[in-house]
Amino acid sequence: MTMPGNSAPAALHAPIDARDRPPSSVYGPVAWMRANLFNGWLSSGVTILFGYLIIRAAIGFVDWGFLNAIWTVPALPNGNPDPATCRAVRGTGACWAAVGDKWRFITFGRYPYDQQWRPGICIALFLSLYVMSAMRQFWRKELAFIWLGILTLIGVLMWGGVLGLRYVPQDEWGGLPITLILATFGLAFAFPLAVFVALGRRSTQMPAVKLICVLYVELIRGVPLVALLFMASVMLPLFLPSGMNIDKLLRAQIAIILFVGAYVAEVIRGGLQALPKGQAEAADALGLSYWQKTMRITLPQALRLVIPPLVNTFIGFFKDTSLVLIIGIFDLLTSGKTAMSDPTWQGSSTEIYIVMAIVYFGFCFAMSTYSRSVERKLDSAHNR
Amino acid sequence: MMRLTLTGGMMATALLAAAPTYAQPSGSATLDAVKARGMVICGIAGAVPGFSLPDSQGVMRGIDADSCRNVAAAALGDATKIKFTALTTTNRFTALQSGEVDLLVRSTTWTLGREANLGLEFAGINYYDGTGFLVKKSLGVKGAKEMDGATICVQPGTSTELAISDYFRQSKMKFTPILIQDLAEIQSAFLSGRCDSYSTDSSALATFRATQPNKDDFVLLPDIISKEPLGYVVRKGDDKWFDIVRWTYFATVAAEEYGIDSKNVDEKLKDTNPDVRRLLGLEGDMGKALAIDNKWAYNVVKQVGNFGETWDRNITVLGVPRGINNIWNKGGLHYAPPIR
Repeated sequence: MTMPGNSAPAALHAPIDARDRPPSSVYGPVAWMRANLFNGWLSSGVTILFGYLIIRAAIGFVDWGFLNAIWTVPALPNGNPDPATCRAVRGTGACWAAVGDKWRFITFGRYPYDQQWRPGICIALFLSLYVMSAMRQFWRKELAFIWLGILTLIGVLMWGGVLGLRYVPQDEWGGLPITLILATFGLAFAFPLAVFVALGRRSTQMPAVKLICVLYVELIRGVPLVALLFMASVMLPLFLPSGMNIDKLLRAQIAIILFVGAYVAEVIRGGLQALPKGQAEAADALGLSYWQKTMRITLPQALRLVIPPLVNTFIGFFKDTSLVLIIGIFDLLTSGKTAMSDPTWQGSSTEIYIVMAIVYFGFCFAMSTYSRSVERKLDSAHNR
Repeated sequence: MMRLTLTGGMMATALLAAAPTYAQPSGSATLDAVKARGMVICGIAGAVPGFSLPDSQGVMRGIDADSCRNVAAAALGDATKIKFTALTTTNRFTALQSGEVDLLVRSTTWTLGREANLGLEFAGINYYDGTGFLVKKSLGVKGAKEMDGATICVQPGTSTELAISDYFRQSKMKFTPILIQDLAEIQSAFLSGRCDSYSTDSSALATFRATQPNKDDFVLLPDIISKEPLGYVVRKGDDKWFDIVRWTYFATVAAEEYGIDSKNVDEKLKDTNPDVRRLLGLEGDMGKALAIDNKWAYNVVKQVGNFGETWDRNITVLGVPRGINNIWNKGGLHYAPPIR
């Protein structure tokens, strides 16, 4: 006996790819394009126009950057590279040979050529430090010792003077290590400073501390970083007794720490203010001391709240380190610009700028991607 | 009382006896500091081709850098005992005033204002520069006087801008300045024809012209409309150090005049010409008079080279003619007083 309609369950039991899919007019890439890119003559027109422009630009870039590009140039009899072929294609092709000749200078600045493996290892150490600090299984007290150890090792490698390494004064450091040093030390010192300033500014029992914190934040935020760097590099030496010279790099580093500290302090204060009052009151009711309350209840919650603005400040500040250009410190951007002014490679500034942009983008993009993943992890408690 | 005087006398004697064991102070605070640290600290630009620019291996090259090396070779006997500090146009004088650098060789123009107001003095000139004009050959201009009504690309806030407007006002001509800050930008503006002429120091113009693939399409006008003598700067009040820096420069010029260069300097030690013998420290105690080694000039020429060698190595390769920067007996302005 046949049951009416038993063909339908049979179809349901068929393998998935044998089932009827929705028609391509409502599902799939074609439908998506029709709905989003071509839903009307205006939308279609804009899509076609921008598509054309994007393809034109891409073809132009591939032509310039790859097809017509010069990758190497022959050497002159005196050993210097011969830029004639590069100059011949100027405007139509990229001269990557300029980057090939200058990459070590851009990366390491004026560090002695035969010793450049030392800053090279330092860059690797910095990167591994960042990766380790990013992984949650390393988030314990021992991490502080790892930081201390690696930073000491970096100092030993950069300066030398021990273990048979040649002494290299700071004036000869340059390139990416300088950028990483300014950024890492800037962050490492500015963050704790900022926490204390933020707490001090919210203090109700110590008006003097509060006043100092308010003054510090407002004074530093009131001037541009360029002005601070200028003060550190031009005015400070005049106030010091003659013969006493604080190193230029150290002066710039301190100026950067003070500057970032003020901004981060305000970000953290924002987080503290956003916490419901009940959290602090509950901690008080439990009889926790001020530091227990701050370290275990309010600060952790506040910091979690301010991850996006905090990372925003860090990214901005990572790029701000390039402002030391104006006081003659050879950071990545300065050494790139110095490499460009070599008459041999005049006219190849675009290529060098592109390479430097890629480096800066790599660091900044890594920071923002990581911050999003941290937000997701810490936020999972909210979504439960 | 007697005892006290006696003790005092004994202490004084002890001090007198002890004094010669310390290094003899030279009478120059800067030279003493240089000797104590074993290094000359020299302020340079660090980004000007031909003057001071690190090469691909990070070694500072250029006429300013070599001028610094000369002073290190004279004062310490070793041209490698030099530390370069890159300075900008804004912090260069402060760095010298505060003692951060021992001398400044940063393509700095010698002017009355700077010498009278800043507590600095110029010990010598290593480059006679001046504002010039670069034009396209197709324009058919032969001299600056024919430039009435021209548009000129110039960097704002430079002495060039001032020199051009002074010159055009004086010659009762008109011009339209196109002010562009960035060097690469200004050069591409000139190449693309946004301005008839590109004006800056003639050394920079010659360099720029030499690096163009179609360099014969451009003409450097013969008129130099301003004087820009670039040189060595030291702090006022340390005359001994001033003497060392100034005579180091003179020694390189004299060496070129006597035909002594880094290759033949050892043969020249056998020379009988008394001028050469005095210069190379074989007689006359010239170095001692400067409170440095008698071999000072020998070290400079041997390790760095005479003035002409320095010039050829750094400036000639950029395609800049020697012109007034030759030594005096070849039609130039570099002249050394007698070393005796």
